[in-house]
Amino acid sequence: MGIIVDKNTRAIVQGITGTQGRFHTKLMLEYGTKIVSGVTPGKGETQIHNIPVYDTVEAALEKHSANASIIFVPAPFAADAALEALENGIKIIVIITEHIPIKDAVNVMTYARQVNATITGPNTPGIITPEKCKLGIMPVHIFKPGGVGIVSRSGTLTYEVAASLTRNDLGQSTCLGLGGDPITGLNFVDALKMFEKDPQTKAVVLIGEIGGNLEELTAEYIVKEEYPKPVVAFIAGRSAPPGKRMGHAGAIVMGKAGTAESKIEALRKANVKVAEKPSDVAKLLLNRVSA
Amino acid sequence: MKLFEYEAKNILAKYGVPTPQGGLATDVSQAHEIAVKLKPPFAIKAQVLVAGRGKAGGVLFADSVPEVEKAAEKLLSMRIKGIPVRSVWIEEKIQIKKELYFGVTIDRLNRSYVAIASAVGGIEIEEIVTKAPEKVTRFLINPQRGFRSFHARQIARKMGYTRGQLSRLGKIFESLYSAGMDYDAELIEMNPLAETLEEKFVAADARIIIDDNALFRHQEYKRRLLEGEGELAPQELEAIKNDLAYVRLDGNIGVIGNGAGLVMATLDTIQYYGGKPANFLDVGGGATSEKIAASLKIVLSDPNVNALFINILGGITRCDEVAVGILKAREKVGVTKPMVIRLVGTNEEEGKRILTKAGIHVLESMEEAAQKVVEISV
Repeated sequence: MGIIVDKNTRAIVQGITGTQGRFHTKLMLEYGTKIVSGVTPGKGETQIHNIPVYDTVEAALEKHSANASIIFVPAPFAADAALEALENGIKIIVIITEHIPIKDAVNVMTYARQVNATITGPNTPGIITPEKCKLGIMPVHIFKPGGVGIVSRSGTLTYEVAASLTRNDLGQSTCLGLGGDPITGLNFVDALKMFEKDPQTKAVVLIGEIGGNLEELTAEYIVKEEYPKPVVAFIAGRSAPPGKRMGHAGAIVMGKAGTAESKIEALRKANVKVAEKPSDVAKLLLNRVSA
Repeated sequence: MKLFEYEAKNILAKYGVPTPQGGLATDVSQAHEIAVKLKPPFAIKAQVLVAGRGKAGGVLFADSVPEVEKAAEKLLSMRIKGIPVRSVWIEEKIQIKKELYFGVTIDRLNRSYVAIASAVGGIEIEEIVTKAPEKVTRFLINPQRGFRSFHARQIARKMGYTRGQLSRLGKIFESLYSAGMDYDAELIEMNPLAETLEEKFVAADARIIIDDNALFRHQEYKRRLLEGEGELAPQELEAIKNDLAYVRLDGNIGVIGNGAGLVMATLDTIQYYGGKPANFLDVGGGATSEKIAASLKIVLSDPNVNALFINILGGITRCDEVAVGILKAREKVGVTKPMVIRLVGTNEEEGKRILTKAGIHVLESMEEAAQKVVEISV
């Protein structure tokens, strides 16, 4: 099982002819992801790794059915690419692109909500259901199938935690990168709802960071809904000063809002175990799962 | 990107929002030129991008032109929270009856913009929200319908205004929203928005933060940022030019890593073991050896750094590229400070081989590496 993507996911790659698009299409194909076509305006009727390339999403879908798209299009044009996928009926979209303007992202998310589509990202490593499907750019050797769902605002930190879980024989159901931007298609609560319904997922790891108050709202949700699966968290940015953007567009403490302390306190109150260091996540999880 | 008050006020004025008459001066003679054209009393305000400017003595008042000159001279030789004052904004002082707040910012949960209004203003909005939540109106903006005139009037009514004042206030709110959208503001606010004794409204102070990711649509500000007219440290400016994310901190351990979350966690881990990070530097995904070399140069140009921690977890970033970059930098920059390197992931073996051959020790665990660098740094 897992969430959002599985063996039956059929994806197109928008921006397939760029360096990143080309490189990661190859890696996704090697992992077994069903990539059915690619789209790059002006590059139609060519091929990349034996995958046919079209000028528009519409043209691609006339030839090959697909239900998902992964977007590598440069930031100034990425929102347009996402809207093109949405207008052509694609319901699962992963936006890898970083640096998309907030105003553009707001437009995309508004439309996605109207047509009931699921958007992962922007500024995300993507999503992987180990050994079934990868719509993303993550290194695959650190993942293995199992019962832990991971949802995260950070790419490399997800790899750090996933690798440590795998070393401790804690496999994963699905690892979902929400994205490092302030406006993302999915948030922690959306992910928790999906993991709750997924029978393969036995526990959830939540990797948050400074900025915004979505971790605090997630803690409220866990309490209010009496969330039935154990949740372990790590929050990055305890040492971050206020008013400074720490790499991610969304990672900024404004005044007293968005601090790591506030998030950690809220989660602990919701009976979520919060790790002091990334490697402690596995230990806390082993305690929760066996207890 | 934070705009200066004068930049924000110029934008607001362009959109028809009433702002006090004023001008920008970088020396005393300019201050004189501006003041003679204005009506007293005057306000003289240091143009710096730090919070708490007023409390730090960055705003002065004057009743005559000679007093303006004196105030300008004083401010222009001042440092506010370490930042030298390069210019002052001189304006006609408003006779304020009441201070209000109005701003538009983003709402992460609802993935949209939100207008925030309060009949109490003049202090930080976070404080207003905690102190007088009942006086705060939040209005979620549907991006397709936008923020309409009637929305603005509804908010003005909630703030207790009627008739002419309600219309005037509504127009100001609407204009502010338009300016915010056109300039890709992640925050645009008037604080305080002053109600005058004549029952008019004037934006007494204004703040705009442009979404960094949208700066390509606002070249004039991007240019100003890159020309160093703002308040960036030399390292921060160099980082922007090299497309690196850098934040200067006050410790002594230089940190370089790939991925914002990983670098933040690295700083936290250093702090956990009792060390003090000197900076945050994220090289991003897929960094080339040149980028790694540029990063080392930036971090080492901070005189406070006495030890370095490089933490790379290779996904799209290749460990061998990182290793080559470190050696390049060592050759060019002349790295004399001790380094602790943690290198795992894609092409890990090759990366380790390159560094070990050059006599650099590589560790595998982030915690072990953090402990080591803390030991060296004290």
